[in-house]
Amino acid sequence: MFDWLTNFYTSIPPVVLMTAYMFAFILVLFVCVAYVTLAERKVIGFMQVRMGPNRVGPWGFGQPIADALKLMFKEMILPTDADRFLFRLAPLLTMIPALAAWAVIPFAEGWNFADINAGLLYILAMTSLGVYGVIVAGWASNSKYALLGALRAAAQIVAYEIAMGFALVGVLMASGSLNLSDIVMAQQGKFFWNWYWVPLLPLFLTFFIAGVAETNRAPFDVVEGESEIVAGFHVEYSGMGFALFFLAEYANIILISALTVLLFLGGWLSPFEGLPLFPAYLLHLPYIGAALSSGPHWFIAKTCFFIFCFLWFRATFPRFRYDQIMRLGWKALLPVTLIWIFVEGILLYIHFPPWFD
Amino acid sequence: MSMLKNIIRSFTLSELLKGMRLTGRRLVSKKTTIRYPEEKTPQSPRFRGLHALRRYPNGEERCIGCKLCEAVCPALAITIDSEEREDGSRRTTRFDIDLFKCVFCGFCEEACPVDAVVETRIFEYSFFERGTHIMTKDMLLEVGRKNEDQIAADRQADVAYR
Repeated sequence: MFDWLTNFYTSIPPVVLMTAYMFAFILVLFVCVAYVTLAERKVIGFMQVRMGPNRVGPWGFGQPIADALKLMFKEMILPTDADRFLFRLAPLLTMIPALAAWAVIPFAEGWNFADINAGLLYILAMTSLGVYGVIVAGWASNSKYALLGALRAAAQIVAYEIAMGFALVGVLMASGSLNLSDIVMAQQGKFFWNWYWVPLLPLFLTFFIAGVAETNRAPFDVVEGESEIVAGFHVEYSGMGFALFFLAEYANIILISALTVLLFLGGWLSPFEGLPLFPAYLLHLPYIGAALSSGPHWFIAKTCFFIFCFLWFRATFPRFRYDQIMRLGWKALLPVTLIWIFVEGILLYIHFPPWFD
Repeated sequence: MSMLKNIIRSFTLSELLKGMRLTGRRLVSKKTTIRYPEEKTPQSPRFRGLHALRRYPNGEERCIGCKLCEAVCPALAITIDSEEREDGSRRTTRFDIDLFKCVFCGFCEEACPVDAVVETRIFEYSFFERGTHIMTKDMLLEVGRKNEDQIAADRQADVAYR
């Protein structure tokens, strides 16, 4: 009955199929981003004992769509003295790396677009490229506030990139691979105790804190600093240009959360796998068994938790002063990673069980 | 020693976790928002909203044109003209309240010896044209007629304190 369908499917050239997959994925990612904005407003609202948006559709579910439509129909204002070409290019420069980085993220075993050996390096390269968009936007706007915001952003992103990079070095030492799937598979074994967040706890915390700083989110949002420099590097943007920066910011939040999960929390691995005293027959039940064993749903669930943490941080912590951000980056996080890499080296040398044996 | 304590405190992130525990608790607590058009805050019987002129149960209007309210009004929002009716009693021919001037202090209501001018619980009203912000005698009497039950009940609730 479905013969013609399978025939049709196999007859599609791989290039076309891959492109279709990518478009589908980007569409899904955009929808996720839209609903992360809603989740943000809801979670922060709830933490401030209010309701958050609840007018557009039930529980405000139509809110992101209404926002997107509004932004689409708004005029994109070009400041008189702005650099016309760079001003239009900058949103794309932030958006494209944020999307491109997703190419190597494995949702489950083999569920990624490109299973490249240097996946982690590629991610690091892509997330670093995002800073160009920020600087170009700040420069092209020809505005004091935008330029100040861009400079703050550049300094901050560069400072935290280093701590982040060192945290990644720890993961590389433990797993011996730059391929994200291999890193996850190296964490397989005895339930969640075997994941890297336990032996690499300081690196895990450093990575996530640096990740929050990388995405310019509260409490590291001096870049935007609503009460200080209006909206930072994207003050002059309106309409779709603003929307693209917004999308990129939230795509980056999801990306950092996904990376944290892959590197430190065993990606798609189930926390019940190999749990002592865990009744094994549960895994053979229909549905329940599938839900309890490893799969993309675990990856998504863990990622959602970290996205929630991003929102939680924003609702809880006041903004850092600029010098405090720099002090934390250079004088706290960087030494911590360096010390722990040394400790980890010793642990690896003595084959410290159960992680490094 | 205090430095060591400080280091331990910052590296265990205890202060951050304390803050997150607080917001986490608020996340699940009952929300204080009142969804306005569907839900409303409770009102006191002494609520001071839109004005009304009352009548006695037999249909006779209460206002005797003494102009005490006009005299007491701090915003000079009330304008009254009065003359003698055929039966010899004094009644108003004009009773205007300018709602743009009115500060809703309730002095007119307190000054009134016959409980004629009162402030009701109505607060959701608006004007769409210039000039309509002046409530004339007819409009005030109409507000009073429509809400007489509520007005009477509110006066009754407050009677022990007057």
